[in-house]
Amino acid sequence: MAVKTVIEAIRDGMDEEMARDESVFLIGEDVGNRGGVFLASDGLYKKYGELRVIDSPLAESCIVGVAIGAAVNGMRPIAEIQFADFIAPAMNQIIEEAARFSYRTAGDFNLPMVIRAPWGGGVHGALYHSQSIEAMFAHVPGLKVVAPGTPADAKGLLKAAIRDPDPVLYLEHKRTYRLVKGEVPDGDGVVPIGKADVKREGKDLSLIAYGLMLTYCLEVAEKLAADGISAEVLDLRTIRPIDRAAIIATARKTGKVLVVHEDTPFAGVAAEVMAIIMENAFDALDAPVMRVTGPDVPAMPFNHVLEEAFMPNPEKILARARELAAV
Amino acid sequence: MASVKMPQLGESITEGTISKWLKQPGDQVKKYEGLVEIITDKVNAEVPAPLSGVLKEIKVKEGATVTVGTEIAVIEETAAATPSAPKSQPAPQAATPQSATPIAAPAPAEESATEGQGGGSTEGRTRLSPAVRALIEEHRISDAELARIEGSGIGGRISKKDIEDYVTKRAQPAAANGEQRQQAASATAPALSPGTTVPLSPMRRAIASNMLKSKQTIPHAWTVAEVDMTNVVRFRQKVKDSFKQREGIDLTYVPIIVKAVVEGLKAVPILNASWSDQGVVLHKDINVGVAVSVDDGLIVPVIHQADRMSIAGLAKSTDDLAKRARAGKLGIPDVQGATFTVNNPGTFGTILSYSIIAPPQAGILAMDAIVKRPVVIEGDAIAVRSMMNLCLSFDHRVLDGVSAARFLQGVRRWLEGFSEQVPLY
Repeated sequence: MAVKTVIEAIRDGMDEEMARDESVFLIGEDVGNRGGVFLASDGLYKKYGELRVIDSPLAESCIVGVAIGAAVNGMRPIAEIQFADFIAPAMNQIIEEAARFSYRTAGDFNLPMVIRAPWGGGVHGALYHSQSIEAMFAHVPGLKVVAPGTPADAKGLLKAAIRDPDPVLYLEHKRTYRLVKGEVPDGDGVVPIGKADVKREGKDLSLIAYGLMLTYCLEVAEKLAADGISAEVLDLRTIRPIDRAAIIATARKTGKVLVVHEDTPFAGVAAEVMAIIMENAFDALDAPVMRVTGPDVPAMPFNHVLEEAFMPNPEKILARARELAAV
Repeated sequence: MASVKMPQLGESITEGTISKWLKQPGDQVKKYEGLVEIITDKVNAEVPAPLSGVLKEIKVKEGATVTVGTEIAVIEETAAATPSAPKSQPAPQAATPQSATPIAAPAPAEESATEGQGGGSTEGRTRLSPAVRALIEEHRISDAELARIEGSGIGGRISKKDIEDYVTKRAQPAAANGEQRQQAASATAPALSPGTTVPLSPMRRAIASNMLKSKQTIPHAWTVAEVDMTNVVRFRQKVKDSFKQREGIDLTYVPIIVKAVVEGLKAVPILNASWSDQGVVLHKDINVGVAVSVDDGLIVPVIHQADRMSIAGLAKSTDDLAKRARAGKLGIPDVQGATFTVNNPGTFGTILSYSIIAPPQAGILAMDAIVKRPVVIEGDAIAVRSMMNLCLSFDHRVLDGVSAARFLQGVRRWLEGFSEQVPLY
């Protein structure tokens, strides 16, 4: 066990998988000599060479397209999108091709590929470096979407994604890269895709979150405990396939649920979680399911005051949680 | 269709018993025509039909007691009887086939009908979350228990936690102490042979709830004055026959005491008052309730504005109210609005009575039996005098012993100073 940051855990995860399996390679903008803009692949270029750590042109469609071609030929590519905001040019490749490949070929072919994308705000990244994209891709059958919030989960889920036979969109929250530290188990420590994790047990209300919001929710749970409110924190970790059983279990346990994400609310992940609860745990609810999300505006602004206004933070979550507890 | 509901026949009346249906299903009824006779704890009343039509259905049988607001009958308005059909009714289907509204219209009407039925039950009272409902079911929590649980949620909502806390509390002391006590009791005490249960009449229920409420909310204080009634007794002896001849009624002690009470209340107005959280309300009118015992219990008709009446007027008024009370012919106004009550247990020979105040009044005076006793009078002589105890129960929130004693003192002086000069009329 060693304490690592999220970015270190991701680097370790790629390193170990590349060492373990020769078919694993990394492709993306500046991932090679530069080691990635966030230094996620720092040192890998030297260790594995230019054939396994490939600097791509500034063309996301190309990055994902190359990865699809390699995967269908038996390789296990890791395609890095420098910022999740830049993924739009690759959407056609991801949705029309990658997500449907297995379905289209009746399972004759599958694409064991990972698309890594740093997402989320709170880093003064403004319109092109702050967005949340999970809902857009989680909507697509055939894709898996994961969004770890801790170093251990970051490494374990990355390994699971690389070993998975199907395309996985791996979302790493930029703000957590160096902010969130934690113990990472030695060895493989694979975290299964599709399993949520109760990060804190509680009985009065449930906070459901992922990514950076997990850290905030744990902070909020601590403050609630000081008020005598026992909050359970469920980390979704995987957005698709979502862990319905875990969501239903916590809703049934506490009867009060607050879903938190920084993505905009409309047709978002929280909406899906709430629907699952309403369809499966209505009889156990003690209050309407609530959510805290970013506002329904086009993008995260640069102005720091406005960025702060956009981002859910512990204060906003705490206020809503207290409201829910008081119902 | 219009539903007829159990009317609220007085401010504190919560239920009524159907005494007699004056119309049967199928009968034509006219608006304001007598439809049903209802007994409440205070009065009997004939309830008129709210509209003209045909009595379609009787929902509550004779003898049954239901809460105010319960549907007791359904009247179908007849076209002839109601030329102006209510506008809320959906239009007849044949009227406008080209429009979609006639088809759509009945739906909301049905909805509101079912909602109305649901609202009548306990569900309408409080809004319970699914989790709370499930817990109530699981732990078999009765409506009465639920009513006792204080909601900690917004607007007093009962939350899941409140129920869980209640269930834990209910389980602990009850299981521990209750069982032990029961066991101990069953070990020593011989079993009681079964008695008979007398069903509770509306009046019995009303008395029970009023008395309970009074004793639970009003801190009663009690004080007694001994009154020499000799002058009053002599006077009454002297005039009672002529009074009876002239007025056709007996001159009892009650109107004389009521007169004395009125004088006492004028002198000590704090006793003619009601407690409220905002302050003590001093009443302008002096309305004296006079307790009358009837077959089933007790009723307290009211002499309104007793301060404007002579002794003869009070005598007429008490006689009339007592007769009508025993005949069950009192109206709602006859039993409402008392600001003070006079009770007369002395007729049954009692000498010290502790009456319970009828809320929201501040006091009740019991007149006990007039008995001849040797009494030390002026000049240290011993004489045989007609003595009576006046026992006052008062609301100690409203006034203190000094005011109560001053009131009793006033009443006593007025009675002891009675002479032929006191006008009867």
